[in-house]
Amino acid sequence: MAEPILKVENLKKYFPIKRGFIDTIKGAPQKKVHAVDGISFEIYKQQVFALVGESGCGKSTTGKLIVKLLEPTDGKIYLEGKDVTYIKTKEEILDYRRHVQMIFQDPFSSMNPRFRIFDILEEPLLIHGIGETKAEREELIYKALEMVKITPPEDYVGRFPHMLSGGQRQRVAIARALILNPTFIVADEPVSMLDVSIRAEILELMKELKEKMGVTYLYITHDMSTARYFADWMAVMYLGRIVEMGPVEKVIDNPLHPYTRALLAAVPEPKPERRNVIKELPIKGEVPNAVDIPPGCRFHPRCIYAQKGLCDAKHPQLVEYEHNHFAECHLVGKY
Amino acid sequence: MVKNVLEVKDLKMYYFTNKGVVKAVDNITFNLKKGEVLGLAGESGCGKSSLGFTLMGMPTPPGKIVSGSIKIDGREIVGLPEDVLRKEVRWQKISMIFQGAMNALNPVYTVGYQMTEPLMLHKGMSKEEAIDRAQKYLELVGLDPEIVYRYPHELSGGMKQRVIIATALLLEPDVVIADEPTTALDVVVQAQIINLLKKLKKELGLSMIFITHDLSILAEISDRVAIMYAGKIVEIGDSEKIYYEPAHPYTQKLLSAIPRLHEDIERLEFIPGQPPNLINPPKGCRFNPRCPYVMQVCKEQEPELKEVDKDHYAACWLL
Repeated sequence: MAEPILKVENLKKYFPIKRGFIDTIKGAPQKKVHAVDGISFEIYKQQVFALVGESGCGKSTTGKLIVKLLEPTDGKIYLEGKDVTYIKTKEEILDYRRHVQMIFQDPFSSMNPRFRIFDILEEPLLIHGIGETKAEREELIYKALEMVKITPPEDYVGRFPHMLSGGQRQRVAIARALILNPTFIVADEPVSMLDVSIRAEILELMKELKEKMGVTYLYITHDMSTARYFADWMAVMYLGRIVEMGPVEKVIDNPLHPYTRALLAAVPEPKPERRNVIKELPIKGEVPNAVDIPPGCRFHPRCIYAQKGLCDAKHPQLVEYEHNHFAECHLVGKY
Repeated sequence: MVKNVLEVKDLKMYYFTNKGVVKAVDNITFNLKKGEVLGLAGESGCGKSSLGFTLMGMPTPPGKIVSGSIKIDGREIVGLPEDVLRKEVRWQKISMIFQGAMNALNPVYTVGYQMTEPLMLHKGMSKEEAIDRAQKYLELVGLDPEIVYRYPHELSGGMKQRVIIATALLLEPDVVIADEPTTALDVVVQAQIINLLKKLKKELGLSMIFITHDLSILAEISDRVAIMYAGKIVEIGDSEKIYYEPAHPYTQKLLSAIPRLHEDIERLEFIPGQPPNLINPPKGCRFNPRCPYVMQVCKEQEPELKEVDKDHYAACWLL
């Protein structure tokens, strides 16, 4: 198989918690939030890799580590085979960002309200020194806007973000990420704040751009249904770990990990005949904080199948149970 | 025949802004039966939340009820003076579960303080009686009664949403309006809250209006569904009818825009364009500029709600 576009190896990110004065004097140990705690995956060309999980599972932190908005605590990130984990200098980061771009969740706050659409799209070109004259840049900007179907572009370049609808704004955000012609895009919940119809529109657009421009995506979401529609691969995260990973159809139709099962059971479906049935959710309690990680399998306090002496004592490994389908659970096939 | 707890007829609520009159709720008519859940869906800005607040008798300023009637348990509430509304109607007859569990509670008061205030004011209960009652309802929504002594920041999002549900039920209202009660919550917590509402519906015979833009969540709980577009109900009927035999093109398009968990969909459909500006809504059918089946008559005359099937109405010239 070809070389992966992006490869992540044992990636970790811990955030230290500020200690109080007394704790510092007493020499209490430094506490840390284990946001991302040793995850590995590979993403191949033109694939969409979905990272799903509840809030606080570390999916957004992973995205930020990959675009280098955060420095990892440990682990490696490779882009097209090149180690980019510890790139530091301005030139290296600039070069990296030409290849890796991000689309943010909130199209309302991710754009400068005092910039016109033209300025918003020109900024990445200026930063990366693309297009020598204004005319050249204008051409690129028009092309990018046409690509995301904001047409005719000359009607829009003079507008401010507040003059656009939510869907149009998210299109401009996509155009801004695409204008540098990146190989890899991290899309962090790009449709979660949009209405149903606009959501479908943006997903269609991103899918089309994948095919036309050969973009590879990391799609971060909490929504299993859009992941099923848009992604090829899926990794389910819980408390900083990938607990299950595989092709989307396999993970959704044949989930191996109890947590994936619970998440899937919780997804609402447009089937009104079940409205009087109280759904069974095979999960208990709430997500613990990521400071005091439970020993053994970190899902065991919430798992209804957890076995004493095994799940609360031994950390499970991510094992390939069927071709390309991985899970991190002691009890796969036994519950 | 089950009686109607809520009857809304020709209701109009307009926002009188500096830029013009926004017709957010325009000629809405529907009934809610006892023990029934009516789902209200539509895109942002279609007037579904405005309608919710209007039913509570508190349209958000500069909104005003222009005409129409709202009868709760047979009693007309449009035109009642504010003090009567406050003392006799709001929370007692009709109550609301707010969107955004995070912000609906006051951070400087304990849960108990916030819950008992309406009991002492409305029912003249003593503090002990009120705390007792609050604890009973907290238990009903699956919380530890000791929570009355806690502050909101000590609770998780799901727990806060449960507190808000308990508060809405405290005075045993005839109708509960749930305005996007699960939007800010994680999937698992969302499913737990929906389960709780189903349980309350069964045990207390709750009559509820459930407002959301998410048709998947709506299907989980609604007996009947009303689809709103640009201030109007364009289709209303039993859930099965709406989901499996939608009559209005808008409903059809909305449903085919939902990605499904267990189905492979080649292409999602979407509705081009945006909902209209409600200061100057398009002439004729308000959906006509975005409708794929638009005809000449759609641009000239407004369609009325027509019965397509038993208890299934839609407003479209195609029918």
